[in-house]
Amino acid sequence: MTSESVAIRATSRPLRRGRGWFSDRMWHGLLAAFGTVVFSVVALIVYETARGAAPSLRAFSWNFLTTTAWDPVAEKFGALPYVYGTLVSSGLALLLALPCGIGAAVYLAEIAPRRVGEVVTFMVELLASVPSIVYGMWGVFSLAPWLRVTIEPWLIGHLGFLPLFSGFPFGLGMLNAGVVLAIMILPTIVSLSREMLLAAPTALREAALALGATRAETLGVTLEWSRPGIIGAVILALGRALGETMAVTMVIGNTNHISASLLAPGATLASVIANEFSEATSRLHLASLIEIALVLFVITLLVNAIARLIIYWSTGGRRGAATAH
Amino acid sequence: MAPLPLTDRLAPLAAGGPTFARRLRNGAVLAACTVAAMLAVLPLTLIVWQLVERGLPGLRPSFFLNLPAPVGEPGGGMANAIVGTMILLALGTALALPVGVAAGLYLSEYRHDRFADMVRYMADILSGVPSIVVGVAAYGLIVVPMGRFSALAGGVALGLLMLPTIVRATEEIVRMVPGSYREAALALGAPRWIMIMRVVLPAAAPGIATAAMLALARAAGETAPLLFTALGNRFGSAALDRPIAALPLMIYDYARAPYADWNRQAWTGALVLLMLVTVVSALVRLATRRIPRP
Repeated sequence: MTSESVAIRATSRPLRRGRGWFSDRMWHGLLAAFGTVVFSVVALIVYETARGAAPSLRAFSWNFLTTTAWDPVAEKFGALPYVYGTLVSSGLALLLALPCGIGAAVYLAEIAPRRVGEVVTFMVELLASVPSIVYGMWGVFSLAPWLRVTIEPWLIGHLGFLPLFSGFPFGLGMLNAGVVLAIMILPTIVSLSREMLLAAPTALREAALALGATRAETLGVTLEWSRPGIIGAVILALGRALGETMAVTMVIGNTNHISASLLAPGATLASVIANEFSEATSRLHLASLIEIALVLFVITLLVNAIARLIIYWSTGGRRGAATAH
Repeated sequence: MAPLPLTDRLAPLAAGGPTFARRLRNGAVLAACTVAAMLAVLPLTLIVWQLVERGLPGLRPSFFLNLPAPVGEPGGGMANAIVGTMILLALGTALALPVGVAAGLYLSEYRHDRFADMVRYMADILSGVPSIVVGVAAYGLIVVPMGRFSALAGGVALGLLMLPTIVRATEEIVRMVPGSYREAALALGAPRWIMIMRVVLPAAAPGIATAAMLALARAAGETAPLLFTALGNRFGSAALDRPIAALPLMIYDYARAPYADWNRQAWTGALVLLMLVTVVSALVRLATRRIPRP
């Protein structure tokens, strides 16, 4: 009787507060500390850019975003042309990439034979891993001559009456940046939209087909089902386009003029940092460039937050979908 | 009344098939989607073709072994940049891998913590921060206090870019380790931390290595965050507290230079970079079809 109760106590002790109870707590704390590092890295980036931008924030306040002068000699800095260039080049990229990207995603998810689908998916994923600088070189040395000789003269000849297509064929400029960005964000749109389409319930497809719908009409039903997820994917791609630096810097032409024409050169928030940061001499110039980084950070933060919220809602936090980029 | 023969029962269905207009629309939509998929693949083939055509002639051993020639003289290679990129990547990995794996373990093993949700959200935000902004932050954190551009600053910038990928990938992969492994370890009397270190982590290690390679490949092509951290260096410097060369930086400089020979070397450099990046990611993806990708 006594020996039995001793045995029970001996075996039940580890269940209550056993060996390793303390080390487990330590371990939990240690891992949480590393989690805190990730957390504080983001805080540090915000703090560092805000601190660096302080002189410019104080000197220009909101005028920074609404004026167009960018004159390091006179120490007058206004970022409006760069905000404009960022929004226009990314908007153009989205316009170009959207139909192609969604069409390709539909093909991969619903139409392609299995082998073909695998090969195309693989190639799209490779496209995502091409470094930005390689896109830039291709844009400068291959795309720009083609735009200058073939596409832009045609646009000017046929649509030149629109302010959008007036001017001279430079090759480098907003149009080139838009095309390069469109290619760069295409993989994001294709792979995420494909995932969303594949996640649509099979019963939905079967029901549509059973009602006598054609394959295209069935596609409409699954597209409707995955629409929130696809919108999230597209906004995520937009976030990528807004912050893209090297390729855009190489092909956009780099002037701080606001021009209605897509053929004219321009500049973006990211490209002006890349161009001027290491050559900025005055304190205010450097602070203005850091403030541009801050503005870019805030814009992409908002865009990404919206995209991720939409994706989380539409997938119910399903694995994978929200983390891919 | 006797039932109709089968063919007669099916006849109305056949007759009531889609109208011509609907069949036409169906065909048009399917064709448009197929064309879109072909269009999506077109840029990759164009870019690869250009790189091979313009870059392959310069792909000689001297490109990998020689230092750059003095400005204006033809010849020379990018040995300094290749070594520099490796040093920068090693620094970035040394910083990002331990922190990223530990944070990823935290997210998967203690996923019920409320703090874990915040960390996860922050990792997602970090992965969306433009790389040039990361460069600006690394400039303020390292370059300004040190008083000069350095390899260390470049390595920190690359590490910050790799961190979110490694965190989220580790989380996903560790979560895939079967619950029975954990239960077996705990049933044998192992404390939780022994269970994680000796059972869960080894089981997840190949997947984590894969994710780290993908993050590495992506970081190898980054230029923007190195512009004002690593800066670039035309001499074969390997010192961590001095400016250091990197392959993407050198390609950028050579592509903008007014010398035809430098432009040719930039193409070769781009080809080498693309091979480095895509071969790594292609091999990794092919070798690990079943392991979930980040």
